[in-house]
Amino acid sequence: MLLFFQDKWEVEGLQTVGIILVVCSSLKLMHFLGLIDISVADSIEDDFELSTVCHRPESMDKLEELTKFTKKELQVLYRGFKNECPSGVVNEDNFKTIYSQFFPQGDSSMYAHFLFEAFDTNKNGSVSFEDFVFGLSIILRGTINDRLNWAFNLYDLNKDGCITKEEMLDIMKSIYDMMGKCTYPTMQEDAPLEHVESFFQKMDQNKDGVVTIEEFIESCKKDENIMQSMQLFDNVI
Amino acid sequence: MAAGVAAWLPFARAAAIGWMPVANLPMPVAPTEKNKKQDELIVLNVSGRRFQTWKNTLDRYPDTLLGSSEKEFFYNEETKEYFFDRDPDVFRSVLNFYRTGKLHYPRYECILSYDEELAFFGIVPEIIGDCCYEEYKDRKRENAERLMDDQEDNKDSKLPNMTFRETMWRAFENPQTSTMALVFYYVTGFFIAVSVMTNVVETVPCGSVPNQKEVPCGERYTVAFFCMDTACVMIFTVEYLMRLFAAPNRYRFMRSVMSIIDVVAILPYYIGLVMTDNEDVSGAFVTLRVFRVFRIFKFSRHSQGLRILGYTLKSCASELGFLLFSLTMAIIIFATVMFYAEKGSSSSKFTSIPASFWYTIVTMTTLGYGDMVPKTIAGKIFGSICSLSGVLVIALPVPVIVSNFSRIYHQNQRADKRRAQKVQKARLARIRLTKTESSSAFLHSKRNGLFNEALELTSSTKEEQHLGKSSSLLESQHHHLLHCLEKTTNHEFVDEQYYQQSYLEGGLQNYPQRSPSLSSQDGVTGTCCSRRNKKHNTPLRNASGPAHMQPLTHTQTHNRGLQELSTIHIQPLSTSRSSLNMRIDEPASLNCQSSQITTAIISIPTPPVTTPEGDAHLPTGPSHQNVVKVSAL
Repeated sequence: MLLFFQDKWEVEGLQTVGIILVVCSSLKLMHFLGLIDISVADSIEDDFELSTVCHRPESMDKLEELTKFTKKELQVLYRGFKNECPSGVVNEDNFKTIYSQFFPQGDSSMYAHFLFEAFDTNKNGSVSFEDFVFGLSIILRGTINDRLNWAFNLYDLNKDGCITKEEMLDIMKSIYDMMGKCTYPTMQEDAPLEHVESFFQKMDQNKDGVVTIEEFIESCKKDENIMQSMQLFDNVI
Repeated sequence: MAAGVAAWLPFARAAAIGWMPVANLPMPVAPTEKNKKQDELIVLNVSGRRFQTWKNTLDRYPDTLLGSSEKEFFYNEETKEYFFDRDPDVFRSVLNFYRTGKLHYPRYECILSYDEELAFFGIVPEIIGDCCYEEYKDRKRENAERLMDDQEDNKDSKLPNMTFRETMWRAFENPQTSTMALVFYYVTGFFIAVSVMTNVVETVPCGSVPNQKEVPCGERYTVAFFCMDTACVMIFTVEYLMRLFAAPNRYRFMRSVMSIIDVVAILPYYIGLVMTDNEDVSGAFVTLRVFRVFRIFKFSRHSQGLRILGYTLKSCASELGFLLFSLTMAIIIFATVMFYAEKGSSSSKFTSIPASFWYTIVTMTTLGYGDMVPKTIAGKIFGSICSLSGVLVIALPVPVIVSNFSRIYHQNQRADKRRAQKVQKARLARIRLTKTESSSAFLHSKRNGLFNEALELTSSTKEEQHLGKSSSLLESQHHHLLHCLEKTTNHEFVDEQYYQQSYLEGGLQNYPQRSPSLSSQDGVTGTCCSRRNKKHNTPLRNASGPAHMQPLTHTQTHNRGLQELSTIHIQPLSTSRSSLNMRIDEPASLNCQSSQITTAIISIPTPPVTTPEGDAHLPTGPSHQNVVKVSAL
């Protein structure tokens, strides 16, 4: 008797399963054919909106006023910019791809991320041509103070006015990452940390564990090497 | 460095401001732009159609005709433009390559003309973008096959001085060669047909003795059939022996499919002759006769289509395997479901899952014999799903097989996929080479650069002028950028191979850091001028970390050692394209022979892409490929 009941339940269970299967597949078929509309999740079509964003920069005259580049230099810069980013803005991924092409041996994505944060002054997730040119104008045509200010801004990840050891360690690691694996001498694990220590020793004058903007500018001005290297940017363009 | 982002180089150099405050060491000098002029428009006149582009665009790829000084050969002074007597339509694709960094293959172009244009302009076809590469490779393959087919047709002309054996083999393989071969071909074909027919007719019941059951003809006319069989088998044996004699490689012939079929076809007869009328074995003997049907496969020598069918099946092995696998999966699933669905009904034919296999196969292939039918509702539902899915599963791989057959039939092709795999590997290897070229180009010019600085100190003006032109401004700026990064982190970029070596040796880490020029200098001076320079070496050994940053000061004080350094470094320099014409004679005062350099332990091979050029043009010693480094000695 028990066996018979078991079989019966089995058979009925299978019947139910079969009927449910048929009903579900017919619903799917109708949805597929477009007769009914079942939408549970968002469709992919929403993503297409982002790619059509286009941005036009300000006129050349205005940019010439705001930055210290000549018209010809702006032309050259814009042509290069627009060539890589036809839509007129760079998003972070694009930025990282472009930057990584200059450093084939290492991983430059972290440093590119910090650079992106530094260039994207209005924090909207994309760098337009104006942002790009303003940043370049400071680095290439600014005074020493301007340049050091910009560098400080780059290091200060949370923009609170002072560089902590953790922030500096992040930056240092990203720079060392760009070297890649195949270096001579072989890259040690604590090389960035050592470098950070020596940096803080040099820059942190009141030994409070953070470097403020005044300490930074003062120490940099005292260092001959740094002053000399700042001159390098005078004739990049 | 991809040329498409060459315009972003100023930005990359500006971004280096982040490294400056953290660097402990002074930065190298930036390359200055001598005669800095504005970017100019270049006019390229290709068979009358004028193209204009910036000079910088063309300079992105210095390894091509338009990017190097080779285009000066085509400069027209009167019209101030570059004239090329080539196809303007293809030139459009070439110029777009410079502009966008991607090479596209237009579908309407003939593959040969496109290849010629690419070769003319010095562009490697492997750079064709992924969007167009498949099309390009397909067309190239078709073209190669067409050429091969034409060649094969011409191959059949008779060669003089062929031995009797070779003539026989050719006659067997190709019946069109001589009348004898044709006769032989038809005779064997006839006998194959006769043999197959006798095998078939043997089993037909013909005529009967009234009070017995019908006998097959074979048992009625035993002698006649036996004689027929003997004749056929004799002919087949003679044919097989003749082929075996004529085969150029007997072992390979014996392993080939056709010869195995021949042997299997005639073996039952001989086994039958040998065996006596033993009751036990005669049953097995009868079974053996089934192999006589293999004689029909001998027809494949006579039919091109059969052979192609065989090749098709072989080449579609993966699709067939997929078909088989998916069918097996579906059969097992449905058989299980049907078994459990039909378990409840009485007098069900679905006694076990393997028994349900038969129902599933018959249903899926839409045969539907009807000897097993489901009776329950669930069984019928699942049975209908089974037949629907069967149609789909079988219909999917079949068109693939069909198209394969059609392609092979039209092109008569063999070992298609194996060749494609090799080419794909070669293509990827070449692309990887061009990519690593950029990083190795920096390492390369680094050695050149050190040599440059060294030369400036010894003020040998003639060589300096030559070297100044050896790389474009863009490249030198990029190298300067990488050099700054090295100085910032106090580490150097090295080759993969060198890194592996130094990692393995391990002992290098305890050794004070040395720049490559110094180590090789030590190697050289160590071998032959040790007495003189030993005292110069000791201050270096005691130096701490930044010691290697003072090569300039070191070399300033040791001009002698530097002289040897400069001469040894001459060889690796000349692998860059523009300095191929430069020849620097070794000073006679050098006592250290170049052969002594090779006694050093580690050597770095220069990138293989550029060395073939260097090899072809330089007759200097065999060691010119290697930059010498010394390990912990």
